[in-house]
Amino acid sequence: MTTHRQPRLAARREALYAWAFVAPSLIGFLVFFAVPSVRGLLMSFTNWDLLRPAKFVGVANYVRLFGDADFRHALKVTAYYVLMNIPIQTTLALGIALMMDKFSKSTIIRGILVLPWLLPNIVVALIWLWLLDPTMGFLNQIIMALGFQRQPFLGSIDQAMPTIAAINIWRHAGYTAILLYAGLQTIPKEIYEAASIDGANERQMFFGITIPLLRPVLVFVLVTTIIGSFQIFDTIAITTKGGPVDATRVVYWYIYEYAFVRFKMGYATTISVALFVILITITFIQMRYFNANSSDLD
Amino acid sequence: MSRAHTRTAPTIQLPTILAWGAFALVMLVTLFPVYWVLRTALSDHKEIYVQTFVLWPVGFTLDNFKRVLGMFTAEQSVAMGGTATGINFWLYLRNSIIVSTFLVAGQTFFSAMSAYAFARLRFPGRDQLFFLYLTAMMIPGVVTLIPNFILIRDLKWLDTFQGIMAPGFLMTPFTVFFLRQFFLGINHELEEAATLDGASIPMIFWRVALPLSIPALSTLAILQFIATWNDYLWPFLVGKNEAVRVLTVALAIFQSQTPQGAPDWGGLMAGTALSLVPTLVIFLIFGRRAVNAIQFTGFR
Repeated sequence: MTTHRQPRLAARREALYAWAFVAPSLIGFLVFFAVPSVRGLLMSFTNWDLLRPAKFVGVANYVRLFGDADFRHALKVTAYYVLMNIPIQTTLALGIALMMDKFSKSTIIRGILVLPWLLPNIVVALIWLWLLDPTMGFLNQIIMALGFQRQPFLGSIDQAMPTIAAINIWRHAGYTAILLYAGLQTIPKEIYEAASIDGANERQMFFGITIPLLRPVLVFVLVTTIIGSFQIFDTIAITTKGGPVDATRVVYWYIYEYAFVRFKMGYATTISVALFVILITITFIQMRYFNANSSDLD
Repeated sequence: MSRAHTRTAPTIQLPTILAWGAFALVMLVTLFPVYWVLRTALSDHKEIYVQTFVLWPVGFTLDNFKRVLGMFTAEQSVAMGGTATGINFWLYLRNSIIVSTFLVAGQTFFSAMSAYAFARLRFPGRDQLFFLYLTAMMIPGVVTLIPNFILIRDLKWLDTFQGIMAPGFLMTPFTVFFLRQFFLGINHELEEAATLDGASIPMIFWRVALPLSIPALSTLAILQFIATWNDYLWPFLVGKNEAVRVLTVALAIFQSQTPQGAPDWGGLMAGTALSLVPTLVIFLIFGRRAVNAIQFTGFR
């Protein structure tokens, strides 16, 4: 293959066009992503409250954060939510994906499964707020008809967080299921046939073939759903608003309260930086643990 | 039928009846809440509180819909258990459509331009810049939320459409990444032929690359439309004023108004039902493409 150097003029022109093409997104990136990130970091070192000019306070906010019992509570409540939400959601999604693979490839079924995910969190929260109403909710009617006592669900300190978790499982399980289902389609059927000829039973094939080969999709699903879970907000904003008492006062709500109710922008950004660090750490650990970059298919 | 020849992923052994039953249960649990919205919306607002266990709408009426669409006077509204302040879902629907449509149009176009440059053109700093965009994808929204709010406030863009649309209008890291991966994958030949014919780079982009990428562009547009349509916190912070209020924000505000002590569930469910319609319409029109688009998000 013969190569010849591009005339420098053509290369220069290409670069200029390229910069023109990239310019709009570069502006968007700088103005709304890069600069705000830096600004947020800088804000976390001040005590700004929107009224008086910001004053640099060094690491005082961070020191305060370490000793903040409410923040620790928010972390605890958030972790509680994530630990309930993700395992159940993922297992359920995997089960649904396997069922779809076995029974039905229909687009209509996939469409129905994805329907809850299409709804805004707000809408999902309202629907379930009504269905779970302690006195008039349909679910309690069923429970009472079965002979049990009516449940307070979102009105109870103990039941509130698990209920929020259940609501979000309802919203996300179907969506996750079709992602996993797509992943299942990438596993060559020949592998199963070869294994069954070798005498492997279904259980062995599931844990020995399906799970390992689903790993890239599973890891992607786990990473994104965990990161998303830590930032749960909309559902709580409609239903419990951090209550009852502070049973659902998750980190994101804590940040929202400080920033947009108390207007303590300085401390609020400190909390958000802390959340960012936590998320990055968790993602890093996950990627390492699951060794996600290689696929067993290679 | 021998199990060794099933062409599906093996499952832990379950009697088929049980599995079908579980599948039907999943479908029921998924669809029933959506049905319940309709049932409540079409029920008489008083009967809702009394006949709580009936599956069909009780006291079938379209009044709830009429109420949230602003077709009754304030006094009539209150008499029906609604709020006295004006609620007008036509307005909020219009706002949502405006925001989502323009935002997605801008996003898709400008991201396509940049994605093309990253994929096809050579310029200094190209790979480093793209890497920066990728890292931005990792930053959770919470970090940029407060500074962006301050920025919009300082620009005096609070309660304006441009304020709501600004952060994502020129790009999001995801949209640029998505389209760049696509442009990397398409066939060089048509572009090379155009170059030999003397076409300039903008012409190649406009006449060759863009038309070829319509499937990817529409996939992305569908995904982003859904995402922007469902967004709540940002429009809530910067767009509370009725003139720019979008559906999600409107529903939240509606819910927080509790006339005479109890939420107007009939009206609330009617509003919810209305907000579902556009999403369902898109879904029905684009059907298979939409489902495949959503499925594709798992392959980033």
